[in-house]
Amino acid sequence: MAAPLVLVVLVAVTVRAVLYRSTLAAFISERVEVASPLNAWKRVVEGLALLDLGVSPYSGAIFHETPLIIYLFHFVIEYAELVFMFKKQKLLIELDKYAPDVAELIRTPMEMHYIPLKVALFYLLNPYTVMSCVAKSTCAINNTVIAFFILATIKGSAFLSAVFLALATYQSLYPLTLFAPALLYLLQRQFIPIKLKSKSFWLYTMQYAALYLCSLVVIICLSFFLLNSWDFIPSVYGFILSVPDLTPNIGLFWYFFAEMFEHFSLFFVCVFQINVFFYTIPLAIKLKEHPVFFMFVQIAIISIFKSYPTVGDIALYMAFLPVWNHLYRFLRNIFILSCVLIVCSLLFPVLWHLWIYAGSANSNFYYAITLTFNIGQILLISDYFYAFLRREYYLTHGLHLTRQDGTEAMLVLK
Amino acid sequence: MLAAAAALLLAAAGTVGAGRDALREELLLTPLPAGDVAATFQFRTRWDADLQRGAVSHYRLFPKALGQLVAALGVRELHLALTQGFWRTQAWGQLPLQAPAGAELWVWFQPTVTDVDKAWKELSNILSGIFCASLNFIDSTNTVTPTASFKPLGLANGTDHNLLRYAVLPREVVCTENLTPWKKLLPCGSKAGLAVLLKAERLFHSSYHSQAVHIRPICRDASCLAVSWELRQTLTVVFDTFSSGQGKKDWSLFKMFSRTLTDACPLASQSKVYVDISPKNKEKELLEVTPPPASVHEAIVQGDRRTYAVYDLLSPSLFNTSRSLNVQLKWKRPQDSSLREWIWAADWRDQHSHLQHTPISGLPCDPAGDCAVVSAALCAHSDYHHEGEGKQAKTAEAGAPTPWEMSRQCEIAQGSPGATDASLWLGYIHYQPAQDRRRPHLLEMLIQLPANSVTKITIQFERALLKWTEYPPDPNHGFYVSSSVLSALVPSVIAMKDMDVEQSPLFTSLFPSLDGSSYFVRLYTEPLLVNLPTPDFSMPYNVICLTCTVVAVCYGSFYNLLTRTFHVEEPSRGGLAKRLANVIRKFRGVPPL
Repeated sequence: MAAPLVLVVLVAVTVRAVLYRSTLAAFISERVEVASPLNAWKRVVEGLALLDLGVSPYSGAIFHETPLIIYLFHFVIEYAELVFMFKKQKLLIELDKYAPDVAELIRTPMEMHYIPLKVALFYLLNPYTVMSCVAKSTCAINNTVIAFFILATIKGSAFLSAVFLALATYQSLYPLTLFAPALLYLLQRQFIPIKLKSKSFWLYTMQYAALYLCSLVVIICLSFFLLNSWDFIPSVYGFILSVPDLTPNIGLFWYFFAEMFEHFSLFFVCVFQINVFFYTIPLAIKLKEHPVFFMFVQIAIISIFKSYPTVGDIALYMAFLPVWNHLYRFLRNIFILSCVLIVCSLLFPVLWHLWIYAGSANSNFYYAITLTFNIGQILLISDYFYAFLRREYYLTHGLHLTRQDGTEAMLVLK
Repeated sequence: MLAAAAALLLAAAGTVGAGRDALREELLLTPLPAGDVAATFQFRTRWDADLQRGAVSHYRLFPKALGQLVAALGVRELHLALTQGFWRTQAWGQLPLQAPAGAELWVWFQPTVTDVDKAWKELSNILSGIFCASLNFIDSTNTVTPTASFKPLGLANGTDHNLLRYAVLPREVVCTENLTPWKKLLPCGSKAGLAVLLKAERLFHSSYHSQAVHIRPICRDASCLAVSWELRQTLTVVFDTFSSGQGKKDWSLFKMFSRTLTDACPLASQSKVYVDISPKNKEKELLEVTPPPASVHEAIVQGDRRTYAVYDLLSPSLFNTSRSLNVQLKWKRPQDSSLREWIWAADWRDQHSHLQHTPISGLPCDPAGDCAVVSAALCAHSDYHHEGEGKQAKTAEAGAPTPWEMSRQCEIAQGSPGATDASLWLGYIHYQPAQDRRRPHLLEMLIQLPANSVTKITIQFERALLKWTEYPPDPNHGFYVSSSVLSALVPSVIAMKDMDVEQSPLFTSLFPSLDGSSYFVRLYTEPLLVNLPTPDFSMPYNVICLTCTVVAVCYGSFYNLLTRTFHVEEPSRGGLAKRLANVIRKFRGVPPL
């Protein structure tokens, strides 16, 4: 187990090192799919330069990272490449230990043994991750924190899980929705039944919520003391929520708000932000016995609907797909969806070039590919969800279904 | 008798109370190296009254529109320039008073003004009405408050930079509509004096046209106990006489302006025409000015000793021979093409120590997002005579306001010295980053240029996609980035004497000089036209529909999976559609529904 893992790590690091030194590095770091206004490395450097000049990094509209990131990079700016390479490594090691201990009837221990390796493979050698790493996007740090959070939750440590969740929320606002799956998992681990009337349920929930909120408050106050101003709150969270920057990216927001009538702008901003958060409660009700899958779906929804998505975010939830490879037989559209995703990823730079360089296309082309890519992702997630639910049905009702007259039955969703 | 004396006294008191005012007008004709001729008109009205204190109600030479403006809004200094074309420093040399292309307005307010932004807004609107220019587009997105450049040119009592506002509208076009109100502010209008030459159809048929208004307070006399107000109206125009004069370098007032001078403005106390006849290296014997000038004046302008032929329109002897004055410059020898090339090659710049700006028009632009803008290539040549005295470093201030649409990324100042190994010294940097839709970028740097070197300052920026309502009409024309400003104190090789403002020609007394060893020069770069990516303006409804469809696909899929459960399907017969479908399925070989 260790040997193939080390091999994978070596290959991944080599690929990244080679790309860093090549001319592709500059090209990749300019790509809008990889670097968004929230996590572009150029902006981190700009923010640090402003800090050195004595101007607050948040006085302009360039820098939208949190103060802790500034100070982190203040010290490691010389070794930025190494930081990003090893962030990825850490990530894979954590995913390594991630072995879902959901006992399956249909899964064999042999299959499960190889899952961490497959996850590591999926993550490290994913072209999205490689590009994100070469572009030195701070998305890597986001992913690391979320990976640590998942690790801490799986291991059952409520305190660590709350701390990492607070860090993840502080970094970009959306991991707030991961509070629900983490809570459900920890409750399950403590064998506390989820009943609204149960006292122990509320007690544990309060404990976890208190841990989470306290760590969040501590981190925010620390940021305040680092820069002696509250400027970072409108610059970071106001920026994430109000979407003022309309640089094209792989998400749905940019063109929508570029073509929005001023009158409705606020309304639609609110609608889009609520859209990310409001799937939590229904999913929590439906998937309360399967918090790990809930976490996966939640991470996927965040990656698709957040205000400035990049391919680094997509790589995070795609890394979890090998965990659910036992659902393969129930997936309905996996072939066409993977084709859609691959083709769209290839078309992104082509249509960008045609729009900006060649001038022979216009923004609609890029927008169309954005739409298709997002539809592909949405259908992928819902396909996995469908497969999961269907397998659950088979688990409880048996694999071979017969109708009342003994013929082969079909399963429908009604 | 007593009543007459009382009336006389009252009249005298009335005149004294209103303050004396004086008008001087001047035209400077400068032949430029490439065959062009630059004509600079200056009209200076000086008024010994204090506009700020006491209600002044009697306006004589000073225009009432501007006087009331200064008094009501608490303006200390006002500089407005409307320019069309670009001054080619490389071909034409340095212009004493340069202005950027478009409209430039910078104003110092009095310390008594409490709300400077409100006064600025009112001022730009009123000026927009007076000059028929679109100055009302000046708002917070194109106004900056420079801290290092644009110090007051007149009397100043402490400089709080919050009282300064600077705005440039590079998109502004200058035309007859702006010239007419400008001419109306002159005491003689365009009916007498030098202003008769200002005919719009000739003035706008030129390579460069710049008209400006400068208002500033000055000392009333040497003791400086009281304040006078000075209004200077300048107009600079460059005619390309070589190409329009059938290949001859001759020029005359009539050829340029299609008018000649017939008399001086009766209200003017001084009215002169200066022609630059400084001997350039190889042209000394070739040019002749007719009619022969009555006197010759020598002055030191921008570190150069220059000779001027003077025609005084107020002297009675000028119009003795002919009723009109048509200053002409003639070549004594016939010209041929080799002469023209020879004149091109006579690089008179090399002989003088100066600061020269080379605008780079072709952009090394990576068309994706980032453009490396070479905003100024500064050549500092060491002086020909002072070679052995070591390096002469010149200090220059570069200010660069950039609109917020281009988010400025990394600023890289590179010095690429020629022979010497001097590193660039950056004394003071003031950087104010832009806020989207509220404030532009401002970068000011104090640089000391090592001698014998070329310094390039490169600023990278990214282009942003804007909301579709924020694009101007004709969005594919592009967005203008206003010119960068370079202000420098250039050491002068020839010591300049302190001169009395009242006695010296107007073109030498524009910038106050603190001592005789350096002169002030302000250069502007070319404005930049950047093409921003545009969204499709016909698509708002379509975009809303399509994006909401994608969100609805997600919502619908999740709704189905969350609210429905799996059931074993019970067969049901019947339905025509089903039976038809089953027939088709039987043909296909697929199990029936």
